[in-house]
Amino acid sequence: MVLTRTPAQPTPAPAGVSASQTRRLLWFLVCLGLLAVVCLLSVALGTRNVSLGTVWDAFFHYTDTDDQSIVRDLRVPRTVLGLLAGVAFGLSGAVIQAVTRNPLADTQILGINSGAGLFVVFAVGVLGLTNLSQYLWFGFAGVAFALTLVYLLGSVGRAGATPIRLTLAGVALGAVMDGISGGIRLVRPRAFDYLRFWDVGTLAGRPLEVALTILPFVLAGTALALVVARSLNAVALGDDLARTLGAGIGRTRILATVSVMLLSGAATAAVGPIGFVGLMVPHVVRWIVGPDQRWIFVYTVICGPVLLLLADIVGRLVVRPGELRVGVVTAFVGAPVLIWWVRRARVSAL
Amino acid sequence: MRFSVRPALVCAVLVLAALAVAVLALGTGEFTLTPTEVVRALAGEGTRAARLVVVEWRLPRVLLALLIGAALGLAGAVFQALTRNPLGSPDVIGFNTGAYTGVLVVTVFVGNGYYLVAAGALIGGLGTAMVVYLLAFKRGVQGFRLIIVGIAISAMLGSANQWFIIKVDLQAAFAAAIWGQGSLNGLGWAQVTPVAVIVGVLCVALIAYGPRLSLLEMGEDAAAALGVRVEATRLGYLVLGVALTAVATAAAGPISFVALAAPQLAQRLTRTPGIALVPSAAMGAFLLMLSDWLAQRVFAPTQLPVGIVTVSVGGIYFVWLLVRQARR
Repeated sequence: MVLTRTPAQPTPAPAGVSASQTRRLLWFLVCLGLLAVVCLLSVALGTRNVSLGTVWDAFFHYTDTDDQSIVRDLRVPRTVLGLLAGVAFGLSGAVIQAVTRNPLADTQILGINSGAGLFVVFAVGVLGLTNLSQYLWFGFAGVAFALTLVYLLGSVGRAGATPIRLTLAGVALGAVMDGISGGIRLVRPRAFDYLRFWDVGTLAGRPLEVALTILPFVLAGTALALVVARSLNAVALGDDLARTLGAGIGRTRILATVSVMLLSGAATAAVGPIGFVGLMVPHVVRWIVGPDQRWIFVYTVICGPVLLLLADIVGRLVVRPGELRVGVVTAFVGAPVLIWWVRRARVSAL
Repeated sequence: MRFSVRPALVCAVLVLAALAVAVLALGTGEFTLTPTEVVRALAGEGTRAARLVVVEWRLPRVLLALLIGAALGLAGAVFQALTRNPLGSPDVIGFNTGAYTGVLVVTVFVGNGYYLVAAGALIGGLGTAMVVYLLAFKRGVQGFRLIIVGIAISAMLGSANQWFIIKVDLQAAFAAAIWGQGSLNGLGWAQVTPVAVIVGVLCVALIAYGPRLSLLEMGEDAAAALGVRVEATRLGYLVLGVALTAVATAAAGPISFVALAAPQLAQRLTRTPGIALVPSAAMGAFLLMLSDWLAQRVFAPTQLPVGIVTVSVGGIYFVWLLVRQARR
């Protein structure tokens, strides 16, 4: 009896709009171009529109006119900070979604922003620190604290850390931490005033030093995330399979946690808690590039700032001459998108 | 109807404990009174001064703590049974954030005043709950969708709240923030009657619904097989749960974690297989009574908003939950 082997089924095309390497590179260049355009717009538009010629002059033929000082002293620091914060929030969301295998996670939903916020409120309110480079470290500690607690609380019980349990744990713990930080603010009225402006998440009013202070941490966090991206591909298959593939789950989780700590801790301490960037950007990116975490991370590094800077620009234009803070814009844009997504996607019964 | 001894016993103990703390609380303050003096004042004997302090000044606050605590415990029990998750709470549906938005809108555009604020909280909270439910409704409401929509709407309203807090002057912002923590300060007899009546009516409605909650807890398919009209019953319980939360929030502001912790703690004590309503109410009353007494005593003579104490209760509760699980 001859055993015939059926020919192997052709492997299905990898998911994502761009099914090949070249396509992905092309889209990447498109996104880079988009980022450049958005940066230019961010420098040019605002309460007072500045022409591109003036922008050019501000860098190369500085003559100290009003418009040129706006460009150099206000818009450029703001844009640079938006770039860094966009990278940080977007990438931290992508890493969290990969590590927790939860597509609806970001630093806001899982209470991580609240953790960073609590520790920063403690630093500013109780310890009286007012310098970013001082309370930055509290931001890191807060993120690590929140991430650990949420993961532990979400893993309680036999079912383990399913998306719904993690989400609820994040909401519940986020509420505790928000409540405690609210309490601290009530007993420290001076800090209350300072902190209510930090609370909303804004790129405005931060000098260039702020961006430069968080730059090394954002870079380190990004590097760590890219390093661990490959193992995260294996982790996405489930713990047992990942172990079989030799992914070193414990080490991957620790590195990923440190990366999230650096990224979202630095960004939250610098600009305040901003949600939805980390949620939406990886989703859009995943739709373009498919499930390979390496590509997702690389694209998120570019697309995160695009979203954040666009939100900032919209905030500057929509209520001129006033200004809507970027945290408010991302919430008002992100919430409907999230609702639309959860209504439309075939979510498994959880 | 089967009547198990343990839940009834636990309820009785909790009610007694709550009353004991109530008596202590009635004796606390600028005029300290011993428990015997308090009991005599309640019974109508004792000095006029004691009766004035106990019955006129302090009793309404104590009664409200017990009533609101019971209401929150019940609301939490309903939500946890509906979502079949121990972390389900009324705030999942965005209620507290919406109530806060209502209060801020009223404070900024209309004015200050207890009933205005309460009305704003009610309209904001109920409106938000309705919007969340409608947005999550798509041929029925799945638990997960409800939670995510609640998170999204909460985030949106939360950022609007923060923006409001920046826009108003510091005084108004601070006052709103204090309300946001939840407080029983300054509440008197005028608030007790409406709260008691509404909570009473809602309790009657809950009893009238009968055992359907425990049937729903078994899962939608099982409940439907047992003759429960799932969507309608679920909506009915949701309305009751939201109404209980609304009463509590309108009276005292959003008080956190009683609704979350009370049903779970009660269940641990009574060892029932599912969420038990009456023990949750008793536990809620006890927890809030205890928290309010602590809020008055801990930093005396400064009175903390009770919400700060309950937040700490919530934190400790979570730690306890983690420790319990770690030991398994």
